[in-house]
Amino acid sequence: MRYALLINERPGATDSHDEHERAAVTAEYMAFHDDPRVTGGERLQPAETATTVRVAGEEVLLTDGPFADTKEIFGGFFLVDAPDLDSALELAGRVPALRFGGSVEVRPLVEYGR
Amino acid sequence: MIDEIFRAEWGRVVASLVGFCRDVDVAEEAAQEAFALASQRWARDGLPDEPRAWLVTVGRNKAIDRLRRERRHAEKVQLLPPPAETPMPATAIPDERLELIFLCCHPALAPEARVALTLRALGGLDTAEIARAFLVSEETMKRRLTRARTKIKAAGVPFAVPGEDLLPARLGTVLAVLYLIFNQGYGDQRVDLAAEAIDLGRMLVRLLPGEPEASGLLALMLLHDARRDARTRDGELVLLADQDRSRWNAAQIAEGRALVRGTDGPYAVQAAIAALQTEDPIDWAAVADLYARLGELTGSAVVELNRAVAVAETSGPGAALAVVDAVAPDLDGYRYLHSTRAELLRRLGDPAAARTAYRRALDLTTTDPERRFLERRLAEL
Repeated sequence: MRYALLINERPGATDSHDEHERAAVTAEYMAFHDDPRVTGGERLQPAETATTVRVAGEEVLLTDGPFADTKEIFGGFFLVDAPDLDSALELAGRVPALRFGGSVEVRPLVEYGR
Repeated sequence: MIDEIFRAEWGRVVASLVGFCRDVDVAEEAAQEAFALASQRWARDGLPDEPRAWLVTVGRNKAIDRLRRERRHAEKVQLLPPPAETPMPATAIPDERLELIFLCCHPALAPEARVALTLRALGGLDTAEIARAFLVSEETMKRRLTRARTKIKAAGVPFAVPGEDLLPARLGTVLAVLYLIFNQGYGDQRVDLAAEAIDLGRMLVRLLPGEPEASGLLALMLLHDARRDARTRDGELVLLADQDRSRWNAAQIAEGRALVRGTDGPYAVQAAIAALQTEDPIDWAAVADLYARLGELTGSAVVELNRAVAVAETSGPGAALAVVDAVAPDLDGYRYLHSTRAELLRRLGDPAAARTAYRRALDLTTTDPERRFLERRLAEL
């Protein structure tokens, strides 16, 4: 089964990290990516770089910033192919962001044509 | 006779059908149809040689029928065998109830859904009965069950016994569900949920014989339930010391006591306490020690309050009051804190303080028998 692991982070939680610690966390994410169950994933730029698009009638409205102002910000995702939910949850439990106050939402993907 | 077979076989048949088609909704419906057909056939033609095999075979055929009707499962259906003409041998049907209970109690499901799924899939209760027992409308319960079954399917909640690393935590979730069902059993007398929880506990202990916490929970439930009839007289509460022991269920007490061993987990310790409380005289020093052990395991202030009751028996009300007062700040909204304090203050010869505490307990109490009990105590001061 295919799942998305949606990673929500606490902004600023790793700001105090020095270069060495930063490199260590990056290496952890790389290693995570190497798990055979992981089929893809991306890291997003910080929420301040977001532009939100809405439509009101005919008009396209643009807002500076993310969709919602929340304590946790969507920061990236992995796509995984795992035999069952327990396997996906086990992977999710190893996402480094969890150690810095973040959370991971595990969502099954819609399978078309089955 | 047919009813007995239904009660005994429902969980095994549903488990086997979930194992077959990997769909709780389809499996439950197919089981329902198989049992309905059985009640007509068997009443007319007599019991088949292997009732379980008959039910599973018919259930499988019903499941295949339904999956074929639903085109979106076309791919799955190709993998299913053709409908069987004759019942499969009974030996070909493994007991998959353990897989089913771990599925129903999976922590990815909402706690209230775990309870409802377990009662439906393994206990064979219908939606209306479960709704009544948990004081919600049938519509609400139906939605709850549907949502959970949908998530099981969509999210790939496994139909499997967890591996060794996950087993302790997952078993804890299962035991919590059974204990919740058991305790709810005292709220509604129309559905005997306590008996249901005990049956599920017996099943679990048979299938996982090496798990002390499973045995502990079963023992705890048996020992508590054995005293159920003696706990009230003419609708009034009767305290342990005043209970008529001839009204205890001796067979259940023997079964429960035989399961008590060790003090490694909270259920095992609570079972050991419940076993001591069936003895005459009660070894209160041992009870106090076990409550101390339970406090270590759980860190619960309520456990300390219970320990105080045992301390009162061994060291007097003054020592007990000190234990109670130490946890009082954490339990101010808890009626048993105040009723216990009141009792101890009465025994210490401080009726004014006892009266205040009884009134506080009365303010917090929600059931009529408790209210009448506290009012009698207050009047006796």
